[in-house]
Amino acid sequence: MASFGFACLLLALAVCAYGIWASLHGVRSGRFEYADSGRRAVYALAGIITVAVLVLEVAFLRDDFAFNTVADTSSRTTPGLYKAAAIWSSQEGSLLVWAWLMSLWSSLALFLTRKRIRDVAAYATAILLGFGAFFVSLMVFYANPFATTRPAPPEGVGLDPLLRFPTMMIHPPMLYSGYTLCIIPLAFGMGALLARRVDAEWIKAIRRFAFASWLFLGMGIMLGALWSYSELGWGGYWGWDAVENAALLPWLTGTAFLHSLMIQEKRGMLKVWNVSLVLATGTLAIMGTFLVRSGILNSIHAFGGQTLGVPFVILIATLIGGSIYLVVSRRDMLRSEHRLDSLLSRESMFVLNNLVLVGLCFVILWGTYFPLISEAVTGQEASVGPPWFDRYTVPLALILVLLSGIGPVIAWRRATLANARRNFLVPLAFAAVALVALLLAGVDTKPLALTLFCCAAFAIGSAAQEFFRGTRVRRAIAGEPAPLALVALVRRNRRRYGGYVVHVGMAVLFIGVAASSSFQHTSELELSPGQTTHVGSYTVRYVRPTATLTPKFDSAHTGSTMSLGAVLDVSKDGHHVTTLAPSEGFYSSGEASQGTVGSLIGGQPVSHVGLNIGATRNVWSAIQPDIETPALKRIVTVGNKTLPPEDGIVAVAYLAREYLKHPPPAQFNLIVSPLVMWIWIGGLIVIGGALIAIWPAPSTVRRRVAARSRARAVHGLARA
Amino acid sequence: MGLVIVAVLLVALAALVVVVVGGPLRRARAAERATLAGSEDEAGALAVAARERAAAFEQARSRDELEAAREAKYREIRDTELDYRTGKLSHEDYEAIDADLRAEAIEILDELERLEAREPPPAEQAARAEQAEDEDALRPRGA
Repeated sequence: MASFGFACLLLALAVCAYGIWASLHGVRSGRFEYADSGRRAVYALAGIITVAVLVLEVAFLRDDFAFNTVADTSSRTTPGLYKAAAIWSSQEGSLLVWAWLMSLWSSLALFLTRKRIRDVAAYATAILLGFGAFFVSLMVFYANPFATTRPAPPEGVGLDPLLRFPTMMIHPPMLYSGYTLCIIPLAFGMGALLARRVDAEWIKAIRRFAFASWLFLGMGIMLGALWSYSELGWGGYWGWDAVENAALLPWLTGTAFLHSLMIQEKRGMLKVWNVSLVLATGTLAIMGTFLVRSGILNSIHAFGGQTLGVPFVILIATLIGGSIYLVVSRRDMLRSEHRLDSLLSRESMFVLNNLVLVGLCFVILWGTYFPLISEAVTGQEASVGPPWFDRYTVPLALILVLLSGIGPVIAWRRATLANARRNFLVPLAFAAVALVALLLAGVDTKPLALTLFCCAAFAIGSAAQEFFRGTRVRRAIAGEPAPLALVALVRRNRRRYGGYVVHVGMAVLFIGVAASSSFQHTSELELSPGQTTHVGSYTVRYVRPTATLTPKFDSAHTGSTMSLGAVLDVSKDGHHVTTLAPSEGFYSSGEASQGTVGSLIGGQPVSHVGLNIGATRNVWSAIQPDIETPALKRIVTVGNKTLPPEDGIVAVAYLAREYLKHPPPAQFNLIVSPLVMWIWIGGLIVIGGALIAIWPAPSTVRRRVAARSRARAVHGLARA
Repeated sequence: MGLVIVAVLLVALAALVVVVVGGPLRRARAAERATLAGSEDEAGALAVAARERAAAFEQARSRDELEAAREAKYREIRDTELDYRTGKLSHEDYEAIDADLRAEAIEILDELERLEAREPPPAEQAARAEQAEDEDALRPRGA
């Protein structure tokens, strides 16, 4: 079956080569049947890679350790669902998934544009197939997911225990979808420049894909943050890790594009800026992929091996060079059709918001890539830590939140000062109330956090006012009850009000980030059973140790051999609040050199966090049990010497019992953070808003299917 | 799995790919054959067909652009009205901007009409009548 999978890759490469030729020949000769054939080559590519993915997936589910990828990232003891998701935990498998998702999204984009902008779509087809050829070539020549070893090893190494977490099953596909969706606007943007057709049509064709890439990247980033908080044992959700940043960069430029494209749609302005943002977003998505797969990073996200660095650098250089050439050579066609009517207009706010977002992007880009460049030049390892990032990103984030409140209350084209003053009253009142309430509550020790809370209140007030006024207008026109009027208002203006919901979600998210990072209490200490400690206003008592054995009894269902933990009683002012049960899973290493017992628990230990979630605060706990005490080590040593492999678990059971009877002091990490839950709630609101904005408006759908409804839409202009 | 089964599967997959990818080319050839049937000057007939294709493409391209511009203009008119009704625009500014936008929309509709008048496809005759209705609806108030 492995040879069939590899043959699929070769066939995919051939299809890419043909499709590139057919698309370019078709558009240049005017014989669009060739361009159509090229488009169908993308569908064929999606089909072929789907077959290849299925071949590899079946190998994972059947524990076919003849496949090197399966042997390296799965095992018989890996739980079934994690086996299914293990395909994207290896370098080779993730490249296959990347190519697969890209081919699927490309097929969808080209199918939806099959009867429009055929010249732009033909160039886009060639570019998308070029990306397909690149990733398939990487697999054929550098990282073959279908490489085999005969005879097959009897057991696999197993999935990295850190990845045995539910969100890890969907975090990578979300990010890959985001990255690959970024390539669609890039391909169409380049296609528009190549076809010299930079009107509103190509923007219209890619708008939903730009939005979808933004949404998927955002969800991937959020899921990654949730995983970090719940699994990594350090209690944080964002560490400015290079790979986290790599996903954030195209999300930021994508955010800028989603705002500025409205200016091009409405006013025919910012064409150079928009096409540059699209090209930059696509290039940043490839750079993010490069960071993870080139092997230049030492990160939990990064895959080993230095082999893919050079091909990626060549691709990125080609993208940057090609983008610059295309934009410069087509600059005459990209002239704005209008100028800004007024500095006090929504267009101006969008331009300002774009500048801040791009500034933020540059800061993070520099902080992410500077250490790599420095290391490459000087040979000395360099790193930029969270304080450096915070110094520059926090003020920019403040401005961004403020702008997200200002933009909605200012009109397109030109607003008068009188109107603006009146529209700012409610948002300012929200901010003032927040300020007074926070000062009364004694939250005045962190001025930056206080400023952010006020800016967020301003943004929420601005969105609330917009919903209220819009609903009132709708009620006045249609005479509907308020809830119906609100629904009708949003349905008729999905992008506008979906956007406002996103603003509210981002404000809520930033409130959670500011509160949890500025006002958290932490305690790292060693405790023995019966001892207590204080974290903030909470008292934590180590009640008793816990131990569970074998994958069957693994409470987190992650396939650990043994799990040691603790029961913690949390109280406040003498009242019981919650009971936490943090633990640490010990996994099989598969290393025979560690002995029959040692190998059963010698893998990388993974923390399972004990967490109490609340609307106002989270109590977070992690434990590092000490199994290196002389008594426990002796059990392993004796077991290694005396027990056959099949009985090694007996010694592990004895070790666990000994741990329960005579528990040594354990290392605890305890954190009380306010409002963390609001980060995830904010993220959910953002997703909800994005879905509202991305969903096709019913009127638009109708317009597409009937000429008659076009006329109705025009007559309906008089209604809000 | 035996090499024979792998080979059979691969050939089947490749054949399917050829059928899918080659579809448009086969259809185009069939259309060409139909064009040439009964024609004495094959090269001339092919050249005429190519010219017609190019002209149809250019017309479709212009129409696509204008339709996209028209949709954007409709949206802008609605957004401006919503801005006005929610108190973001003064009455004078709204009147001026709305008049500009409607004039721009009518320009686009006129262009669309001119384009379709050049070579009106029968199926779009009805749409042209509706477009005239659109123009009426967009005339600046008081004009």
